Amino acid sequence: MFVGLDMGGTHTDAVLVDQGRILRHYKTVTDQADYTGTVTRALEAVLNGINLAAIKRLNLSTTICTNAIVTGRTSPVGLLLEPGPGLNPAILACGQKNFILSGSIDHRGRPTSSLVEAEIKKADKELRQAGIRHLAIAGKFSTRNPEHELAIKEALSPSYEFITLGHRLSGRLNFPRRVFTAYLNSAVAATYSSFAAAIKSFTAQKELPAVPYILKADGGTLSLEASLAQPVETILSGPAASIMGALALVPVQQDAIILDIGGTTTDIAFLAGGVPLFEPQGISIAGFPTLVRALYSHSLGLGGDSCLEVKDGRLTIGPERRGPARALGGPAVTPTDALITLGRLDLGDRAAARRGIAKLGDELGLTTERTASAILKQMAGEIACHCHALLAQINSRPVYTVREVLEEKQLKPAQVIAIGAPAPLLAAELDEAFSLPVVVPHLAGVANAVGAALSRPTTELTLLADTGQGLLTVPEEGIREKVPAGYTLEQAKKRALELLRARFLRLTPEAGDAGLEVVEEQSFNMVSGFYTTGKNIRVKVQVKPRVTPLKGDGGHV
Amino acid sequence: MYKAARRLGLVFFPAFDWAISPTHPEREERLLYTLDQVLEEGILDIDGIYEYRPRLATVADVERVHVCVPDVMSRITESHLIAAGGAIVAAEAVLKGEVDKAFAVVRPPGHHAMRIVHGARGFCNINIEAIMIEYIRRNYGKKRIAIVDTDCHHGDGSQDIYWHDPDTLYISIHQDGRTLYPGSGFLNEFGGPNAYGYNLNLPLPPETGEEGFLYALEHFILPVLADFKPDLVINSAGQDNHYTDPITNMRFSAQGYARLNDRLQPDIAVLEGGYSIEGALPYVNVGIILALAGLDYAGVREPDYSPAKVSQSPRVGDYIARLCEETYRAWQQRDALRVEFVRDKKEISRRRQIYYDTEGLMETQEETTLVCDACGGLTWIDSRTDLGSHVLAIFISRDACPRCREEGHALFDRVSSKSYRDGIFLQDRVADRLFKK
Repeated sequence: MFVGLDMGGTHTDAVLVDQGRILRHYKTVTDQADYTGTVTRALEAVLNGINLAAIKRLNLSTTICTNAIVTGRTSPVGLLLEPGPGLNPAILACGQKNFILSGSIDHRGRPTSSLVEAEIKKADKELRQAGIRHLAIAGKFSTRNPEHELAIKEALSPSYEFITLGHRLSGRLNFPRRVFTAYLNSAVAATYSSFAAAIKSFTAQKELPAVPYILKADGGTLSLEASLAQPVETILSGPAASIMGALALVPVQQDAIILDIGGTTTDIAFLAGGVPLFEPQGISIAGFPTLVRALYSHSLGLGGDSCLEVKDGRLTIGPERRGPARALGGPAVTPTDALITLGRLDLGDRAAARRGIAKLGDELGLTTERTASAILKQMAGEIACHCHALLAQINSRPVYTVREVLEEKQLKPAQVIAIGAPAPLLAAELDEAFSLPVVVPHLAGVANAVGAALSRPTTELTLLADTGQGLLTVPEEGIREKVPAGYTLEQAKKRALELLRARFLRLTPEAGDAGLEVVEEQSFNMVSGFYTTGKNIRVKVQVKPRVTPLKGDGGHV
Repeated sequence: MYKAARRLGLVFFPAFDWAISPTHPEREERLLYTLDQVLEEGILDIDGIYEYRPRLATVADVERVHVCVPDVMSRITESHLIAAGGAIVAAEAVLKGEVDKAFAVVRPPGHHAMRIVHGARGFCNINIEAIMIEYIRRNYGKKRIAIVDTDCHHGDGSQDIYWHDPDTLYISIHQDGRTLYPGSGFLNEFGGPNAYGYNLNLPLPPETGEEGFLYALEHFILPVLADFKPDLVINSAGQDNHYTDPITNMRFSAQGYARLNDRLQPDIAVLEGGYSIEGALPYVNVGIILALAGLDYAGVREPDYSPAKVSQSPRVGDYIARLCEETYRAWQQRDALRVEFVRDKKEISRRRQIYYDTEGLMETQEETTLVCDACGGLTWIDSRTDLGSHVLAIFISRDACPRCREEGHALFDRVSSKSYRDGIFLQDRVADRLFKK
């Protein structure tokens, strides 16, 4: 049996999946003051009376770090940066204490100027005097050569509670994002660690045989133990849980659009050949662009509770949500009221909903029923219009080879998967707006928790071999080793996959079959004068996000 | 986060799968470290900087500028069409008002490609700026355009293409042709009879330092531009004046390039040459991007930079000052000089040899231009190569007067194709068509 839990900003959902069927689901309100209590309450509810020895998997998607960042309830962080030459680093100084250190590494990972020990010692002293316990160290091009970041850490006193090294977070090149990600990782470490301790004591007390896993924004999971070093990986996992849930409920092999229609927003995601699309760089949170790998998800301010207004004779929907539907005593008329008026939903005070819609109808010169229909039609139309604009953006992403320009690979969705509470009630309008088959799975309302339950571990690695220098670097693992002059792309791929397998087993001990794959491979001749001096080999490998399939349509409760 | 003071469009086309040959300077690796640097600096995350996807230019876009012998597709690869298409995408972003400026960091380059193309010269097959400029004119109306070519090599291809065009001012600063390929680019190359004075060369001495380049900018380029009043300024942004460039002898730096672009503020910049791919290009390109976007570039420095590497001798400084003065005076007197050059001649001819270094090919051209006070005139070129190729190419300028246009068509009809092994071409820019027989 698998347990999945998704803690959202307003609701927390939990499901229990047994032999590919959803056995139980439970929804509760998220207690902003007590996240641990919310989690244990939901888990108690789905586990009540169950033979706990049969629980094979416990996956949690939590907003604990997201919320700490958004509300600013984080630990003070000391930031040690080695920016080297380039953009003015002043804007990156997001820590409570920031130190811009001397030293630099170039694009090929060669140190081009040295660290100055006295600067680091001075920073160390100031940080200790200020009582700062959490540090982040980030250098430009540290992913090409981590030795300076490591040396900075070495030169500091050993008393700090938590230190993030930039090169460990991702192999991608982007210094500002590396700085922000390292900062956030250290800023949420304390909050996250107390949450993790509470979860651990809960599972110990219940004698659950399953090790808890935490959901990431990339649609994969990570063991609770491993996530302690990289709590930032747990941010914004909610949309990913929903996307993976949609994928579990409606397995597809084609290009598709996934809509998660909620009260305030509709989240839009895409599948390319059945595999979710990633954010090209990483996800952004509270104004910080990061290197946290994430599934592409675009939030549109349009949901069941969006406020409806008539401006200059035209109907507008959202982006604001002023409260619940009129039928539930809310201040504004909403699409939910339109659904109630049309008899598609039986909720709250139907007469109040109807009065609200009728008033809008008066302004538009339409009957009440027509107004309600027009609202739903417009809502679906706006969602479709946004999807098309996003697709146009995705399909015009830059490419860097002749082959790719000529291929002109395009994402062409063949169907729409809609989840979230209002989804089944809007299916007809969506169908018409998209001119594509719209599938609304059973249990669309708890797809997020289903996604949490069925998601499987993911990880990635970046390998760079520079045979001119005779060096191989894998930043995420902190590896820097010698390679012979004749090292080839094939050897590099083999090494990358070996290291990925080892990393995967370490991060996720009971993962089993991993499905490792090479996602990028490049090899460049390096030439000096007119002589070839070596090869610059670049390989990226990953375990991609996947779900354990459900049986049948998943709709058995 | 960073916010650009001016919206900047970027087109990167590093052509990671295209090379002239595996160890040629124009190879896959050329923009690898530049792109690494741009990504690592987080430039594509900056608010107000937008990256565009390059596209293929069409054969018609190429034929608007060139006569390729025997035809376009046998002289180029798709990579050339994408480099030209990338420049077009950059230009369109500016002309549609989506951005204030654009920079096409594309390869292969183009400024050595002339009107007639028998093959590759100086790593160039087709002239990507000229294709971009004529695309702009065709689709966005007639524009008075200035090209400022800051590549270390004289852009003899751009000079040739705009030789007869008084609406396109071509200014090149480059290492003196007596010391560097292609060997041209002197003050007396002043433009054809109908555009005399609209081709300005400033051949800088070897070992020109940062001070010399910026002096030429302030005392020659900017004053000329102020007189010409172009609708658009294009920078042919070659980066081989850098002190680390392996095939030139100048002493310019990333800071210098950034400052030059900051002062020049071209509307569109297009990468040309530059082959110090590790030591210069990553820093120069970042410097130019920041300067165009109005961001702080003071921290952009090569790892091995020192003031001594960009200094110049007082003799070089004096020479450049004289050169600027002399060239600027010639520009101011261009109308009088034209009268002297043209006298009462009806047509003016020149004969020259053009060497295609990449292919080891020698072309001999006899070029004749009708003198015309109303338009860029009519030009025809008899061109043969030492491999036996022989064509006649007739060029009717974009704004041709009825007389020049009629005479061009009459010439095309009159001449027998038997006399030219590889045919007769008529490029009628008024009709935007290339005829061949």
